[in-house]
Amino acid sequence: MARPSFLGLLLIAPALVMIGVLFLYPLGFSLSSAFTGADGRFSLGSFHKAYELYSTDILFTLFIVIVSTLLTGVLSIAIAGILTLSETPWLIAVLRNLYRWPLFIPFIVAAQCMRTFLAKNGLMNNSLVALGLMEPIQATSFLDWRGIIITFVWKQVPFVTLMLAGAMASIDRATIEAGRNLGASRLRVLIELVLPQVAQTLLVGLVLSFVTMLSVLSVPMMVAGSQPTMLTVDMAFRINSYGDYATANALGVISYVIAGAVAWIYLRHNVKREAQI
Amino acid sequence: MSGEMKLTPGASGPLPLGLPKHNRRPAVVRSATAGKIWSAGAVLLKMLGLAVFAFLLFGPLANLALWSVAERWYAPFKLPVSYGLRYWEVVFRPTGDAMSSLATSVGIACLTVVVALAVSVPAGYALARLKLPWRTALMILFLLPQAFPSVAIYINVARVFYSIGLTGTITGVVLVHAAHGLVYSVWIAAAAFAAVDKDLELAARNIGASPLRTFFTITLPLAAPGIMASAIFVFLESLDEFTGTFFVGVPQVTTLPLLLYNASMGGNYQIASITALILLVPSVLFMIVIERFLKADVLSKVGQ
Repeated sequence: MARPSFLGLLLIAPALVMIGVLFLYPLGFSLSSAFTGADGRFSLGSFHKAYELYSTDILFTLFIVIVSTLLTGVLSIAIAGILTLSETPWLIAVLRNLYRWPLFIPFIVAAQCMRTFLAKNGLMNNSLVALGLMEPIQATSFLDWRGIIITFVWKQVPFVTLMLAGAMASIDRATIEAGRNLGASRLRVLIELVLPQVAQTLLVGLVLSFVTMLSVLSVPMMVAGSQPTMLTVDMAFRINSYGDYATANALGVISYVIAGAVAWIYLRHNVKREAQI
Repeated sequence: MSGEMKLTPGASGPLPLGLPKHNRRPAVVRSATAGKIWSAGAVLLKMLGLAVFAFLLFGPLANLALWSVAERWYAPFKLPVSYGLRYWEVVFRPTGDAMSSLATSVGIACLTVVVALAVSVPAGYALARLKLPWRTALMILFLLPQAFPSVAIYINVARVFYSIGLTGTITGVVLVHAAHGLVYSVWIAAAAFAAVDKDLELAARNIGASPLRTFFTITLPLAAPGIMASAIFVFLESLDEFTGTFFVGVPQVTTLPLLLYNASMGGNYQIASITALILLVPSVLFMIVIERFLKADVLSKVGQ
């Protein structure tokens, strides 16, 4: 390998400085703040306090994000699978033009949509009642953990599907045809032939979705107001109401750990895959 | 299912998705009537499935649109009691909050694009064409602000900015947005430069153009569509950004997402819905035109 180009380092330097000042420095700040006690020495006090006050919310966050990620995965596989394997051209055409709509819709707009749609008197319940599928008395508000999950899935499925459908379109069509010719059902072709070939893409999409959902502040704030709530809301609350940076940063470190665990699963899968090749 | 032969070998090859080229017919068909009922049932089922899917997809958006033209809408009524554009008039009044928020949002987004491109075009070129140590690690470094739980970062950015007087300023918000969008601008710019044919640059050098002239007359114009795409990404990302502005921009900087949030939490659903619809316009436009800017040759090089 030739020696690194000085010009290259010079050109990339401003971008690196920006990341350093606006990301790495605050990251270090949050770590040191979380691990420092009131007396300025190393302490796990803030974690103790964070756990005492917010252990329910930690579990709640994990539950929401894991369930949303799993549902996103299942629905994306279903939609991408139909796009790849269906033999009904009009179905493919319509579905292709439909599924992408929420892709670039901001989370805050999605939250506002769901805030009205899923309410007790929202369009969802009203439509079900109007269709005669539900009695008016049965209408309940979905604006709690279910609302958060629905909003996350609604927003993330198009993203993962887009990645997955792209990957499925680029795999060797002959393997699919071979499976079909041998009499395998489309479901079996999808699960046994197509999915293993796109597992990497699926994993990347789901890991990115997982971390995104872990970081969103607007959706849990707007869709579900009361307790329990997600860690992002707790952090904002600690700062805005008490100016309590230590506990907020401890919660932040907990969310890094959750994100880090997922990234670790992804990396381990990658290493295993490379070892096989 | 095993009774149907699926394909005449070699007839279609790799099918491009979505093209109506599915001209294969089952060679062996069940008895005619049973087959007809079967296929009619299947079509019905598919249409029903699509209808449910479309309802779940567009229902929330329809509700938003309804709220934006509802002057009065309360509990027992399934649809608004009276319709009108009164709230649109309120939002678009030149002196209203919404217009000033829109101006703030667009201004911040433009500045963010300028800042992000100023640092990421050189960085993208370096990553695509020049020898850099730990190239992969550098690429991942740009991904981190997106792939990290951002709230915890923003509260500390806000704290640092507070100590140097940047909270509540446009500069502070622009910096936060630019750092957040850097992954798009750097990665896509690097992919765009990587997709430029090296032979064209070499040809220009051979007939005597200086490296700088080659860059500005050959490389940059050829990479322009990709860089344009990255600019659009950064613009949208900045326009839609809520969390960073929430911590760094308050109370002086009110962008559209913050206005939406305040209106919605204050129970003013009409204003919130109209603001949301304004935010939807660029998002939907972008979804429609994205494929024009992000060509497959660039897309395939993103993140490499």
